[in-house]
Amino acid sequence: MDLYKSTAHELHEKLVKKEISSVELTNNVYDRIAEVEKDVKAYVTLDKENALAQAAKVDKMIAAGEAIAPLAGIPGAIKDNISTKGLRTTCSSKMLENLNPIYDAHVIKKLRADETIFLGKTNLDEFAMGSTTETSYFGTTHNPWNLDLVPGGSSGGSAATIAAGEAIWSLGSDTGGSIRQPASFTGCVGIKPTYGRVSRYGCVAFASSLDQIGPITRDVTDAATVLNTICGVDPHDSTSLPVDVPDFTKALKQDVKGLKIGLPKEYFGAGLDPKVDAVLKKAIADYEAMGAEIVEVSLPHTEYAVITYYIIAPAEASANLARFDGVRYGYRNMKATSAPEMTTASRTEGFGSEVKRRIMLGTYVLSSGYYDAYYLKAMQVRTLIRKDFEEAFKQCDLLLTPTSPVVAYPIDGKMDPLAIYMLDVCTIPVNLAGLPGISVPAGFADGLPVGMQLIGKLLDEETILRAAYTFEQAHDYHKVMAPLGGK
Amino acid sequence: MKYTTVIGLEVHSELKTKSKAFCSCSTEFGGEPNTHVCAVCLGMPGALPVLNKQVVEFAIRAGLAVDCEIKKFNKFDRKNYFYPDLSKNYQISQFDKPICEGGHIDIEVDGQTKRIGITRIHMEEDAGKLIHSGATIKTSDSSAVDYNRAGVPLIEIVSEPDMRSSAEARAYLEKLKAILEYTEVSDCKMQEGSLRCDANISVMPEGATEFGTRAEIKNLNSFRALERAIEYEIQRQIQLVEDGGTVVQETRTWDDGKGVTLSMRSKEEAHDYRYFPEPDLVPVEIDDAWIARVKSELPELPAARKARLMQEKGLVDYDAENIVSTKAMAEYFDEAAKHTEDSKGIANWLLGDVSAYLNSENIAIEQFPITPANLGEMVNLINKGVLSSKLAKKVFIEMLKTGKTPQALVKELGLEQISDEGAIVKIVEETLAENPQSIIDYKAGKDRALGFLVGQIMKKSRGKANPEMVNNLLKERMQ
Amino acid sequence: MKVTTKDVEYIAQLSRLTIPESEMEKFTEQFNQILNYADILNELDTKGIEPTAHVLPLSNVLREDIAVEGVSQEVALSNAPAVHDGGFKVPRVIE
Repeated sequence: MDLYKSTAHELHEKLVKKEISSVELTNNVYDRIAEVEKDVKAYVTLDKENALAQAAKVDKMIAAGEAIAPLAGIPGAIKDNISTKGLRTTCSSKMLENLNPIYDAHVIKKLRADETIFLGKTNLDEFAMGSTTETSYFGTTHNPWNLDLVPGGSSGGSAATIAAGEAIWSLGSDTGGSIRQPASFTGCVGIKPTYGRVSRYGCVAFASSLDQIGPITRDVTDAATVLNTICGVDPHDSTSLPVDVPDFTKALKQDVKGLKIGLPKEYFGAGLDPKVDAVLKKAIADYEAMGAEIVEVSLPHTEYAVITYYIIAPAEASANLARFDGVRYGYRNMKATSAPEMTTASRTEGFGSEVKRRIMLGTYVLSSGYYDAYYLKAMQVRTLIRKDFEEAFKQCDLLLTPTSPVVAYPIDGKMDPLAIYMLDVCTIPVNLAGLPGISVPAGFADGLPVGMQLIGKLLDEETILRAAYTFEQAHDYHKVMAPLGGK
Repeated sequence: MKYTTVIGLEVHSELKTKSKAFCSCSTEFGGEPNTHVCAVCLGMPGALPVLNKQVVEFAIRAGLAVDCEIKKFNKFDRKNYFYPDLSKNYQISQFDKPICEGGHIDIEVDGQTKRIGITRIHMEEDAGKLIHSGATIKTSDSSAVDYNRAGVPLIEIVSEPDMRSSAEARAYLEKLKAILEYTEVSDCKMQEGSLRCDANISVMPEGATEFGTRAEIKNLNSFRALERAIEYEIQRQIQLVEDGGTVVQETRTWDDGKGVTLSMRSKEEAHDYRYFPEPDLVPVEIDDAWIARVKSELPELPAARKARLMQEKGLVDYDAENIVSTKAMAEYFDEAAKHTEDSKGIANWLLGDVSAYLNSENIAIEQFPITPANLGEMVNLINKGVLSSKLAKKVFIEMLKTGKTPQALVKELGLEQISDEGAIVKIVEETLAENPQSIIDYKAGKDRALGFLVGQIMKKSRGKANPEMVNNLLKERMQ
Repeated sequence: MKVTTKDVEYIAQLSRLTIPESEMEKFTEQFNQILNYADILNELDTKGIEPTAHVLPLSNVLREDIAVEGVSQEVALSNAPAVHDGGFKVPRVIE
């Protein structure tokens, strides 16, 4: 049985009906990992012993007739920038190669309470800074749809585990698109919730005002299921929202009649790959056929979003990563004879060049004489971008855009940093505005997955989940497994 | 050329909350290194701060006590710099929107009252402690960092550069310390570091309107150090200027042993703290109701306590002023006054012999070995005529040494005053009989003879004869 | 050119980083590319626009002043590269 191909909700049924055991399921996934991991390289750390122990525990619970949560006994993967107590958390960096966290992230606590299973920690761009997973200290992950191509980033590892059947569900994090874009490149569903829905406590901070944890899964139902567990206010995170968490699975109805879908014209312009555009156009037509109303809208400040992000995010990151100084944990250059020398050497040797670039960019834009011109300005433009969305949402219920203007591209494309940054143009504005955004498989271009992004109003995950679910159920894209070709 | 000194003080006060500013670790002083820590104050990856409500309460209280305006909208900012005692390599502080602005403290120097302005008060977190392997930071090959103190809440009180002398600076610091103690927001123990003072000092030619370049002096952990450091620095700057040099804006440290300030300037960059709003914390909005409640709960401040003591206990201005100068002294007074009706008597002892003792031993009233009850009892004994004022001084010294009650000591040392008329008459007549010449001298107008006779009588009675009675009886018999 | 290699060296110092000599020029070039691109923000009139500090209007998230036991000294030091007498050992603090 290829259990690894199933969704969490299908497997939950089977577990409850005692058709399969959690140990059996977990072993099946580990077997799959053993088979394909040498090519995909999605994982940084595997935790088989503990995973199987947990699986055995759940099997006992089921045997005893206990009611179990939807994710109980179902193995998932966690992006390696989320703190897991006792399980190495590296952020795919030499700096944290041997970090043994002393506490669990809030989302991990919640998932443990559901008695779920953690297979291991997945690969990412170093400290979540990147769009391809290539900046990982441990080497890049490969796209299961074509192993010569990038899986996207920074949550490339998590997305790859889903696409390759190396996990049933996974967690990623999203600062400028790092859940949605890899989901798009690998034919998965990825959702970044409204900023503040999910606690950031334990998510190694990249850009505090932009980071959110979210699921990458095989289908929309699984994404909604994971959301149910991980959402909720956390007293350890001052920026988490004290709002009720609805049962997101109840939003999964096949109905878009009368739904006003806005198409921001700036997202369908020059930079969009015509093949991606074609897939999106078909998806839009599908929505119309299902009764949705398409509305042309404009988000006039879209062209300023990328640079706004690449000022704000590095600025916050420069301070967030200052704690990595070789004093309390992490890599330390042991030869240095003074603390300043030690810190400089440890950071120089412990960080990769993209991380260094962003730290320095951040330091620069915050420095004396430049704060007003860059950081303050960017914070003001961020307000303009937020207002764009507020205006647009007066005319529609949600927005539809490509997740990425391109499909997955070759590893080692040797692109300029700025050129790579520009490809985040569709996802970045959503983080700047704090809105919920989901990427669903919308079709294929040259045999590679194309993702469609749905952007909702603040706290309105339900509408985008409903629209995503409706589209998904009208097609079979979520049932197609990656062929693991190329190479 | 005469110079005017311009001094501003930045005072950091540790707030005595139970838990830290941004995590729930205990703020308890002492303890084994790194035993009051958690993921947050250790700066572990992924940890986040959550503001302690009591920090805001205490900051409001402190602000109200020095007549500041409490700002309705508050935010925090990150102050970025690298140092091993800073677990995140940034300090969460307040940059442009501090919680309090525009207050003042009135001080008294040489009988003159002067108002010292307070620019602002803001909330921030403390750093950890470095334990150096050598004697000083400069002579150490390594250091060990203890983060117990990291994250303890502080308020920083910045004065206007209104002080013009070391005496004024000292008076300001003393008054500020007293006020903070009275508000109960801080222990203000300079020796323990819960109250720290940095001084900004500059000089300018007398009559000039533009301030000179200032130097900042750190590591002033006593009033005495503050005064001495300022005096030294003034001279240093004047000398420098007169020699044709210029004062450099820099940080200097006070070396108490050598009695000099030393430059701490490193060859690195001047600090560009790159302040930006703290994204992990949300704003604190303080409404009128909150401020009103804190105001209504304000503990009695020095000025009010002084007025109360003058009214209820009949103390004069000068005495009351000095009694309330520190909370501990005021509390000592209150306690002692429970044991006697004679408030003035207590005040005299406190401001006289007790203060002299505290100064010579360089301790505070909290360490004073005589209990308030015993001091009160001693005053009673004097008033009852059991102990003469002169012999009380002896009892005082013995109480310091032994901690015994005055009653016990009077008995033990046989100091009980003789007030029995019969006994004194006997000694008086004896003395008169032995000194006939003195009687003649006295009657001839030599008043000194009386003193001599009194002296002889006191000698015979080993100081115990009631002096008043002796005087009266002597005069009677020498009519 | 927004920044020279000397500027980049200074920023690196502020960030406690060293960029190897061989990469300095490329780094500076990439840096300049990004900063030049940032000029487009000057096209926007942002006078009177409030900077976004937080996307949602949360305020007064406060915690009660209750002390809770933290981690043990052993756990606190568990990832330390060097320890001494219960503290995190570092080489001389000033140069």
